Amino acid sequence: MRTVNQRGWFFVLPVLILVAFNALMPIMTVVNYSVQETFGNNVFFWQGLDWFEQILRSDRFQAALGRQFLFTAIILAIEVPLGIVIALSMPRKGIWVPVCLVLMALPMLIPWNVVGQMWNIFTLPKVGMLGYFMNDVLGVNYDMTQDPLAAWITVVVMDVWHWTSLVVLLAYAGLVSIPDAYYHAAKIDGASSWSVFRYIQLPKMKTVLTIAILLRFIDSFNIYTEPFTLTGGGPGNSTTLLSIDLVKIALGQFDLGPAAAMSLIYFAITLMVSWLFYTLMTKDDAG
Amino acid sequence: MGGPPVSPAQAGYQASPAGSAGMIELHDISKRVGKVVHIKPTSLTLQPGHFNVLLGATGSGKTSLIKLMAGLDPLASGRIVMDGQDITKLSTQKRNISLVHQFFVNYPHMTVFENIASPLRVAGMAPSEIQGRVEEAADVLQLRPMLQRRPHELSGGQQQRTALARAIAKESRAVFLDEPLANLDYKLREELREQLPDLFAGRGAVVVYATSEPEEALLLGGWTALMEDGHVTQFGPTSEIYRKPDNLTAARVFSDPPINAAEVTKSGSEAALDGGARWTLSGDAAGLADGRYTVAVRPHRVTPQRHSEADVALKGRVLVTELSGSDSSAHFQMGDNFWVSLASGVHPYQVGEDHTFYMNPVHCRYFAADGKLVA
Repeated sequence: MRTVNQRGWFFVLPVLILVAFNALMPIMTVVNYSVQETFGNNVFFWQGLDWFEQILRSDRFQAALGRQFLFTAIILAIEVPLGIVIALSMPRKGIWVPVCLVLMALPMLIPWNVVGQMWNIFTLPKVGMLGYFMNDVLGVNYDMTQDPLAAWITVVVMDVWHWTSLVVLLAYAGLVSIPDAYYHAAKIDGASSWSVFRYIQLPKMKTVLTIAILLRFIDSFNIYTEPFTLTGGGPGNSTTLLSIDLVKIALGQFDLGPAAAMSLIYFAITLMVSWLFYTLMTKDDAG
Repeated sequence: MGGPPVSPAQAGYQASPAGSAGMIELHDISKRVGKVVHIKPTSLTLQPGHFNVLLGATGSGKTSLIKLMAGLDPLASGRIVMDGQDITKLSTQKRNISLVHQFFVNYPHMTVFENIASPLRVAGMAPSEIQGRVEEAADVLQLRPMLQRRPHELSGGQQQRTALARAIAKESRAVFLDEPLANLDYKLREELREQLPDLFAGRGAVVVYATSEPEEALLLGGWTALMEDGHVTQFGPTSEIYRKPDNLTAARVFSDPPINAAEVTKSGSEAALDGGARWTLSGDAAGLADGRYTVAVRPHRVTPQRHSEADVALKGRVLVTELSGSDSSAHFQMGDNFWVSLASGVHPYQVGEDHTFYMNPVHCRYFAADGKLVA
């Protein structure tokens, strides 16, 4: 006879409660809003999946989603290779290591809304240093409050400035964990520096890079504060990313139902892409 | 002891056939990091055809010397000549050497086949020839069934055999083995150590083997360079160095368990341990000037039973006894000296009791106050 010890459930209970408060209940609240219509006073009307259909069919959502994917793709394409290059060129030993590490960590320590404000002032024509330099010294017409392209470039550069450090620090952690013996072995085999990168450094950085890419994907896909303080989503809707659009619908128009439906779609997309990334990158799980 | 150590090469000690091809000559090479001297000027001539063992304790400079020969660290002075060609300025990549580390270094994401093939691929060898060379090396090291596996799927012994196979397949001019067996378990170590000399026999490469275990040096034969504190104190055929260590530290390095040493006073034809045994000197020892010397005798020459008339009785208190295999060893105290006796068979020692041990004085070596062998 097999004895089943039911006491095991008590050990799981604390985590269950934690997850309930931390994830399940907030999400269920949103689910509750997403299938109903409300005009306040806690009066709800059943709406079914109407909001989901409406959001998915709307040009406005599709445009914001497109901008969101474009933004994330651009910053990943820049930050990951750039982060690796910077990590590779950082010293592995000596007195400059802590200096480099602190310099790298600085941008990440600045609060997000301050970053937005900083870059706003920095880039404004006439007012900001960069704005003045571009317009009045170089004679390039640069005004991110008027020109969508300038706005995009500024948002991207700001994110690269703010978050490349994360990739650098993670890649660096992977690099310094490689014993010297591997470099010696490669030298003795006659390997070029490209081979050393391709066959020693990159494989050894794979795990941390997976985490870096995943974190940068999630953070950039959910980004709100910095572009909102910098451009407010403008000029026009050119830099209105998903989260900015969501806040406009929820708190600007107070359309709580559609906003809730959009939140869930947004969440599902983030979850799916993250899972896809992770599965692809850890599929070949060697060393 | 000032000045660079005299190497056999400098002292005209050319035991191997003159002008033999493929040898590595080190001319006064040294290494400094900042102001710290890691390797004092060292000269050696390493021959192919037999193992060249670097024997020394951890930190004595074995790995540093290997790195200098491999070109992984810059020389502070001196020249390295390989096969008649000055390679001092040549980069590691161009030296055509192999190195097997103490811990297992293989490319983690490559199969065993690709690991062994990697130096050949870099050299741009034809795929059919690579296939042949890798398979030959894999056969020698019994890696055939593992060729398509990754290093992390292998045991420690298999990983180290992969690293050895890479060194063999490359057919380089010099193979540096830096304590390659240190991280293997006992059984594997013995097995691989037996195979090692055969692996490299007839390949024409200079084989340099670093180890901290005297026993390995004796088993691998060839020549041995004793290393201490960043320089080579003695270099020559292994058995010769074992029999006639130049100095007391060399004798200590080349003995496991540690060699027994004690102060003796020589007067006339007699030597006397402080407050203990005395014996008549013969041979070179008889001709020494009167005074204080250090006598050293190997543990297996100190036995619990009398073997000959010439034996000297040594009374001591047994402190610790050990049995290893069919050998018994006893650590005993005799005055201020702590000695070890190593004898075959099981001996019924009583810990804490007095016991009389015996040694034949012909096995004693005498060292002067500066540590140099005098008789």
